[in-house]
Amino acid sequence: MAENQSYYVPEQSKWPIIATVGLGVTLYGAASIMVNAQKGESSTGAWIMFLIGAMIMAYILFGWFGNVIRESRAGLYSPQMDRSFRWGMSWFIFSEVMFFAAFFGALFYVRVFAVPWLGGEGDRGSSNMLWEGFQATWPLIQTPNPEAYPPPEAIIGPWGLPLVNTILLVTSSFTITVAHHALKAGNRTKVKIWMIATILLAIGFLVLQAEEYMHAYQDLNLTLESGIYGSTFFLLTGFHGAHVTLGTLMLFIMLMRINKGHFTADSHFGFEAAAWYWHFVDVVWLGLFVFVYII
Amino acid sequence: MAVTGVFMSAVADTHAQDHHHGPAKGISRWLLTTNHKDIGTMYLIFSFTMFLLGGTMAMVIRAELFQPGLQIVQPEFFNQMTTMHGLIMVFGAVMPAFVGLANWMLPLMIGAPDMALPRMNNWSFWLLPCAFLILVSTLFMEGGAPNFGWTFYAPLSTTYGPPSTTFFIFAVHIMGISSIMGAINVIATILNLRAPGMTLMKMPLFVWTWLITAFLLIAVMPVLAGVVTMMLMDINFGTSFFDASGGGDPVLFQHVFWFFGHPEVYIMILPAFGAVSHIIPAFSRKPLFGYASMVYAVGAIALLSFVVWAHHMFTVGIPITGQVFFMYATMLIAVPTGVKVFNWVATMFRGSLSFEAPMLFAVAFVILFTIGGFSGLMLAIAPADFQYHDTYFVVAHFHYVLVPGAIFGIFASAYFWLPKWTGHMYDETLAKTHFWLSFIGMNLAFFPMHFLGLAGMPRRIPDYALQFADFNMVSSIGAFMFGATQILFLFIVVKCVRGGERAAAKPWDGAQGLEWTVPSPPPYHTFATPPEVK
Repeated sequence: MAENQSYYVPEQSKWPIIATVGLGVTLYGAASIMVNAQKGESSTGAWIMFLIGAMIMAYILFGWFGNVIRESRAGLYSPQMDRSFRWGMSWFIFSEVMFFAAFFGALFYVRVFAVPWLGGEGDRGSSNMLWEGFQATWPLIQTPNPEAYPPPEAIIGPWGLPLVNTILLVTSSFTITVAHHALKAGNRTKVKIWMIATILLAIGFLVLQAEEYMHAYQDLNLTLESGIYGSTFFLLTGFHGAHVTLGTLMLFIMLMRINKGHFTADSHFGFEAAAWYWHFVDVVWLGLFVFVYII
Repeated sequence: MAVTGVFMSAVADTHAQDHHHGPAKGISRWLLTTNHKDIGTMYLIFSFTMFLLGGTMAMVIRAELFQPGLQIVQPEFFNQMTTMHGLIMVFGAVMPAFVGLANWMLPLMIGAPDMALPRMNNWSFWLLPCAFLILVSTLFMEGGAPNFGWTFYAPLSTTYGPPSTTFFIFAVHIMGISSIMGAINVIATILNLRAPGMTLMKMPLFVWTWLITAFLLIAVMPVLAGVVTMMLMDINFGTSFFDASGGGDPVLFQHVFWFFGHPEVYIMILPAFGAVSHIIPAFSRKPLFGYASMVYAVGAIALLSFVVWAHHMFTVGIPITGQVFFMYATMLIAVPTGVKVFNWVATMFRGSLSFEAPMLFAVAFVILFTIGGFSGLMLAIAPADFQYHDTYFVVAHFHYVLVPGAIFGIFASAYFWLPKWTGHMYDETLAKTHFWLSFIGMNLAFFPMHFLGLAGMPRRIPDYALQFADFNMVSSIGAFMFGATQILFLFIVVKCVRGGERAAAKPWDGAQGLEWTVPSPPPYHTFATPPEVK
């Protein structure tokens, strides 16, 4: 495995320390917003801090990735460097899988143990003494303490909007694969068309998901505060939606790069990384569709 | 449009690789570095600072517990001290120290020019001072710092926590991002940048243990992120993850937390296992006994660490089937751990032994970590744990595995590698003094806690019943002794950095590995061309 090109080690860079300041300011601002809201105080200052931090983060994302893109296009990266990026992206996606696993795990525990126990079944059925009359069902249309946690009037069935969203996302996984093959074949126009298709499907998903949230909040009284059903529903679908948003942004950036003439048929790891992330987002949705909506 | 502007920008701030400057001068060297040696040094300095800060909090705790009664601090502040002591030691001292050792040594051990992703490496470091600035600032916020123990169970941390809890949660997020990125970097480095000829089964043990530790980090830090996010939502957005009146469960918190928490304690010890596996062979002038079984043992420990989490929850009301499963799975971990202990001893057997400071700490590690392991086995027995849980017996157990375990492992590594890092030998007499005072102080501090726990003294209390007074006084004296001794360590390190007897490339005649082929101190860039490994 003789490498003619030595492994590129960048010299000094300002991005890490700027990113630190950006992330710190953003999250301190976010914390301040929440704490001030709890205290009933004005959070204008906190919002400003948060937004400044977010702008710094946007600046470094463009700056740092831009730096990497320039280095790549200058030919500084060996095949070994390419492998480092592949390992890096794969393990990053694995860490994201584990993040979702925590929430799916919580859903599992609640449905298989906590709620049945509160309803009187099983080894810890004595928990039913806490709220007599609570019936364990899923979806949870009745919460143990409806004054504290007003239950939803109805839940979102799987075969309406969610089914459409499933079709949109699964189709988008196909369209991005077509785009990838076109890129490997060197057909730039075809890549652009199929990337645009993917992005439109993604935006469609996000718009429908936003509509679904509005419907849940306004018509069904299904909110974050609707007991554990609402909690798990919104955290799982919400974080998924956030990841779809990030993925869509990544796809859009790749489309911009394709327009600029970046990528060759043999060398387009940025595109592949975005595609991997997109497939990950799709697989998580399939898990959601089955475990949150259907069963 | 701004986006296109970036891509069309002609700013060329990338240097071609040929001209390597030496390190830049002044503070920008440290803020802007991508060099694994610089970053390793920063992690080590940061971790030692946090160790002294967390140690100061321990001194406050032991000062209050020196005698029965409430003499020095209010109970509310005492709770903040115990919480912050734990958080700072776990996340600010032990973990960053091992990352610092990894940064310095992994590229040298595998013959790589640097870590796989050097800029991300620096980001991982600088996120830590940022996170700890936020965490420590909670001490000065209205309502005080987190006061619910380092394990921050709900609903104490959600319904009854101070306002600063939200800041604590975001600090944990920042630490988690730092750790996950660092772990990704370690895995990419080890899997991708090894010198030609270094197959996996030729890798040094420290590299193996860090590879496996990095895997654990990537798997469980996101779960920690999940649980603190659920907390954040319960506190600020009205969700009911941990509130049974909404259909949730406080025990859910414990499950998700300990799913992270148990692998976390292995994250805190496996690198020490690796370092000790270098030090004992070096000072026995004999190769490590049973290399392959040592590797498989670490893998087995890591795998098992995922399925034992509820041994922290025996008394909380989990079904008996669960208790039985987790008891047996936990006891099983003693087997691969025992393999490692026996192999370290077998390495020493009929070796040509000498007891410089690294070896003193390493041998103490083997003996005292094993004692910690034995109290762990006692705790693993579920029906017995019903008596031990939440008593000082638990405190004794984890301090035995963490202090003479992780911390002595770090001290041993520091003395072992300081000559390499600085080019000077440290003062051996002072180092041995540091060892003996630490050894005696630590045992005085923590051994009596076994008896206190068995006699029924609960954890996390600022005042206690009179029958516990004598052992508490002994423990506090030992703690003060241990704490004061660490100032001596600071002096030893500073003295070594500033000067001392010249260190050869290989100052320890029994040491093996690529890291001993480079000069002491090594040049800023090493292994720009990877060596050939036979």
